[in-house]
Amino acid sequence: MSGRKACIVGVGETQYARWGKIGDVTEHALACQAIQRAVVDAGLSMKDVDGLASFAEDRNEATFLAAELGLPALRFANMVWLPGGGGGCAAVGNAAMAVETGQAEVVVVYRSLCQGQFFRFGTGGVDASAPPDPAPPTVQPANSLMLASMGFAMPYGLLMAAAAYALPTRRHMHLYGTRPEQLGLLAVTFREHASRNPRAVMGQKPMTLDDYFASPMIADPHRLFDCCLESDGACAVVVTTEERARDLARRSVEILASEQGAPQGYAFGPFTNANIADEIYATGGTEEMAKRLWGKAGLKPSDVDVAQIYDHFTGCVLMQVEDYGFCARGEGGAFIESGALKWNGGSLPTNTHGGSLSEAYIHGLNHVVEGVRSLRGESTSPVDGAEVCLVTSGACVPSSALVLGRK
Amino acid sequence: MFGDERCVCAIQRIGIGAKMSERFFPDGMPQPLADTTTLPFWEAAAEHRLVVQRCADCGQTRLPPSPVCAECQSDRSDWQEVSGLGEVYSFTIVHRPLAAEQSLPFVIAVISLEGSGGLRMISNIVGIAPEAVEIAMPVELVWEDMSETLAIPRFRPRS
Repeated sequence: MSGRKACIVGVGETQYARWGKIGDVTEHALACQAIQRAVVDAGLSMKDVDGLASFAEDRNEATFLAAELGLPALRFANMVWLPGGGGGCAAVGNAAMAVETGQAEVVVVYRSLCQGQFFRFGTGGVDASAPPDPAPPTVQPANSLMLASMGFAMPYGLLMAAAAYALPTRRHMHLYGTRPEQLGLLAVTFREHASRNPRAVMGQKPMTLDDYFASPMIADPHRLFDCCLESDGACAVVVTTEERARDLARRSVEILASEQGAPQGYAFGPFTNANIADEIYATGGTEEMAKRLWGKAGLKPSDVDVAQIYDHFTGCVLMQVEDYGFCARGEGGAFIESGALKWNGGSLPTNTHGGSLSEAYIHGLNHVVEGVRSLRGESTSPVDGAEVCLVTSGACVPSSALVLGRK
Repeated sequence: MFGDERCVCAIQRIGIGAKMSERFFPDGMPQPLADTTTLPFWEAAAEHRLVVQRCADCGQTRLPPSPVCAECQSDRSDWQEVSGLGEVYSFTIVHRPLAAEQSLPFVIAVISLEGSGGLRMISNIVGIAPEAVEIAMPVELVWEDMSETLAIPRFRPRS
């Protein structure tokens, strides 16, 4: 089915803002706006769209969005069963499978977040200032498999992602001598990239290593500036066939490979699972998947010109550059210290939009958007002649990734 | 889902009015959530027994509890009590509260449990200055009675 090879033909986003700042527009209205913009960017009409895909228990159901947006028929509605931010690339991968098999012609992948209207991810949904329930504490019924598993984390106060992902990062520091300065340099690098990006929430707020060390400790070794932003906003990506793309004005971006999944016994990763295999505890859990990804793409890490790596926390980026084979296990800290991730002169310019640390936290679908822009030559931190871009989704949870190619 | 009667059984076993332990965390901390697969862990905890699930066929241990053995697919299991001795596998020092009047910072740790068949569990380290906690530090179990029906296993440096 060579004519049905999938590619990305359009991207779009709404305004990105600090969490809670978009209070007068509903989350699904924001999703509609992002989808509309991506479809216009592709040079298509909503009448061409017959599929919608999302991830991470999206509140904005595809069936309703299809009706609101006037899709003539909904032939593919997909939700990736990977929690948190692990499924963004998988949603694009599933969209690609749908168009390559002929299940749909044009699939839009979307993500919309209005945390102020629901709850802040960073708090885990807990209001510590609330008065305690007067009833004596006891075991409460779990109404889902996820919550029964969380039952082995919550009573110990493990509800914040910042604390959960500090656990593998701390172990990495213990095993390999990884240092806070190295995590800080990563945060400073992405902030510098954001300074050229008008969409970036933190674009006007430069950060030095001193600023990093002055930021308050949240869950050691995570300082505030090790943690991604909490944002409101939406973005979308349009996937169709190469055949269809040939008639469109925009330069399309090839999906060279897509992978998704989790290692054996991983469940939700270190958040609730203390029994991840020792050899992969202090990793992003994505090493096996990365090998499959490079095999599928027929490429190796040194072929990558630019990367958009999911950055919920600095340590998770550090462990991913090892997982994906850009450096050996344990050498992520030194790799960052070498300046490898810098747009200007680095061997692996990474998160050219500023990432979730400095552009916005849209569960990493904005990394796919930036991956497309970087290969179209439209990034605000452009990498000259970039032909291959790695995009990853949340690590230390079941994850997914894409290799994108310039056509 | 389980009913209140199973929790009542736990109360009767430890005895209403049993002496309450030293307290480390406030009442308002997030409470355990359990289903019928995981509840036996908390029922044993109410009796101050730290247990892991063990496959009744191949003997493989597991935590959190689950319906079948991932090694041999058996759905038969029993509960093995462990000593409560262990060591710190990893940890984080948390500076944000989960509940009103919680003392900060506090330590969340992953503990390797001796005699458990190589299992670890998430818990807290108490009874030590947070900045003194280190990976590989030997620790021992300490129960915190949050109420007459709820005891939480936490760890402190070995005496």
